Amino acid sequence: MTSLSAKALNHKSLNEQIRAAGKEVELTDVWGQRFIAAGLSDKELTIHGTPGNALGAYLDGAVINVCGNAQDAVGDTMNAGQINVFGNIGDAPGYAMRGGKIYIQGDAGYRAGIHMKAYKEHIPVMIIGGKAGSFLGEYQAGGVIIVLGLTDDMKKIVANYPCTGMHGGKMYLRSRCKGIHFPHQVTTRIAEQKDLDEIEDYVREFCSIFGYDADEILDADYTVVTPDSKNPYQQMYVAN
Amino acid sequence: MAVNYMIPSFEIERNDYRCIRCRVCERQCANSVHRYDPDGDVMLSDEFKCVDCQRCVCLCPTHALKIRKNENELRENANWKQNTILEIYKQANTGGVLLSSMGNPEPFPVYWDKILINASQVTNPSIDPLREPMETRVFLGKKPHDMTRDKNGKLNTELPPQLELELPIMFSAMSYGSISYNAHKSLATAAETLGTLYNTGEGGLHEDFYQYGKNTIVQVASGRFGVYKDYLEAGAAIEIKMGQGAKPGIGGHLPGAKVGADISKTRMIPEGSDAISPAPHHDIYSIEDLRQLVYSLKEATGYKKPVIVKVAAVHNIAAIASGIARSGADIIAIDGFRGGTGAAPTRIRDNVGIPIELALASVDKRLRDEGIRQNVSLVVGGSIRSASDVIKAVALGADACYIATSALLALGCHLCRTCQSGKCNWGIATQDPELVKRLNPEAGKERLVNMLTAWKHEIKEMMGLMGINSIEALRGNRMMLRGVGLNEKELEILGISHAGE
Repeated sequence: MTSLSAKALNHKSLNEQIRAAGKEVELTDVWGQRFIAAGLSDKELTIHGTPGNALGAYLDGAVINVCGNAQDAVGDTMNAGQINVFGNIGDAPGYAMRGGKIYIQGDAGYRAGIHMKAYKEHIPVMIIGGKAGSFLGEYQAGGVIIVLGLTDDMKKIVANYPCTGMHGGKMYLRSRCKGIHFPHQVTTRIAEQKDLDEIEDYVREFCSIFGYDADEILDADYTVVTPDSKNPYQQMYVAN
Repeated sequence: MAVNYMIPSFEIERNDYRCIRCRVCERQCANSVHRYDPDGDVMLSDEFKCVDCQRCVCLCPTHALKIRKNENELRENANWKQNTILEIYKQANTGGVLLSSMGNPEPFPVYWDKILINASQVTNPSIDPLREPMETRVFLGKKPHDMTRDKNGKLNTELPPQLELELPIMFSAMSYGSISYNAHKSLATAAETLGTLYNTGEGGLHEDFYQYGKNTIVQVASGRFGVYKDYLEAGAAIEIKMGQGAKPGIGGHLPGAKVGADISKTRMIPEGSDAISPAPHHDIYSIEDLRQLVYSLKEATGYKKPVIVKVAAVHNIAAIASGIARSGADIIAIDGFRGGTGAAPTRIRDNVGIPIELALASVDKRLRDEGIRQNVSLVVGGSIRSASDVIKAVALGADACYIATSALLALGCHLCRTCQSGKCNWGIATQDPELVKRLNPEAGKERLVNMLTAWKHEIKEMMGLMGINSIEALRGNRMMLRGVGLNEKELEILGISHAGE
């Protein structure tokens, strides 16, 4: 394990040192440096402090543990790997991610999982332990988004306008979602056992990482959201 | 049957004396216009389906066919033109948004055609490019502000990453999906031979084309299709697509029907799923946010590749470009409102954006005024049609030009403007394997190389007649340009004098 202090390092030199270090790297004194681990494939990073925006952008297989909060655009266009955030996360995590996992213990900001995709064996998974902000899963085209709503506050499990433009993938919200408005092009229903079977492994992994009782968390009503069509714009045009 | 009020756009004139009933026209038409009637031993046509692509005309062995504009006329009306009326019928029939292809065909001014080039006479000798070396090579990328020396007094020669082009012309972004495998292969191989670059567009990069990486610009658009580490590493430069001249401010939808096995693989999305590029990048709301995407790409690729930011030419383009030049981008690409597209809503294509000539002139001036012109190279597209357009663009301040429609024409496109149908009879804007075969990539490459080799000669001739032997010395040299038939405001924006001045 290499230990690196990020103190007084800008993102460029910090990333150079991470790339030059061994397989396991522990970063301390991280004060908002952006782009940490961009495109990284073969390392395991533990981050103490607060990493800045675009943590793990284009991530290609590395594992990142953030011991604290993370900021915006975490895992942008991520291809493979895993990011575990032991805290809250900012806006647009997992933008267009195609593979890998982002597990967030706390809440997520706006536009989490926006335009998340899937491709062959790549099924991206995002689990938000707390509550999600507005525009969750906007344009979702694939993958799995799970919100557990474990934080004990009065907020709804997801704020306004979830699933706008959704045309692929599946969303699970651990709630009956009363009073939450979904757009017309998606279908919502209460999860059956076979739906829950699809996510059980992910939820168990999440619980073992963050120390929750998986059985207890799985034993609840989940709302499943799926799009009605993967071709939402088919009828919109006339050739001219 | 309900009347739909439409009339065919074209008439097919078949010379029955010449027609030998060989049925080539029938076999060649993907739109099923022609058919043979054995009872009457006659070829018939359904003119409603004709798009005037000229495939049958070119292949008819006896030259028996002509396609003409339908001479049937609605009652003349200067306000309600025939097309305007027919568009209303179409929308009333279907409720659909009008969808068109290729660049804006409306009669807006083409400023290139109102600008004339200077020549040396008597006092400043012209140069004969057949006898003397002429330099058309350009380097695109950030240039240093000053010369610096290290502590031993040695000149610091480390430069930010640059693209080296043998001529100031690159092939503009066209995705695999909007155009065919063979069209992409033609562009990639031609770029390699010519010493320039082609651009993947937002559709990812086919595995067969990774070998042309040093001649490839890989694009990152709002949908992030096919974007991953190897893709970013594959290209010589990375282009962030913020906008496109044909449809500024909106995204793109590749319909699921066009997402077959191969397209699904390069875009890295499931087969049959719509490929939706949202209008904005969801993480870019400001120049600071743009800077974040620029640097995330630089970090992911070790600062080895220039990052291009492509925007559509719109009203405040000078201010926008000034922001981009401060975002860390190495190159700004500006796409004028006449730029082509595989599909765009007609109203947007024909009414949004501004001419590239005016955008280029004002951006170049603004960046010079602010002392940041060397921060970025400028690449312009959106209807560069000839070597003289390139010369005029360079003299207005461009470092290089992007061409796409011209390249497609070289490949046999006849500008029928129905790319959106996916039934391109020339094998260019289609994914139908039978149609794709019609474009031979070796022949396509040769035609592209021929066209640009000819343009290069013409560029050298025009440089020579101005007494300029290096394209770098022409850049921003507006003294070499004069306007004709332009008003004072237009001349002021273009920064040129009127002919005779």
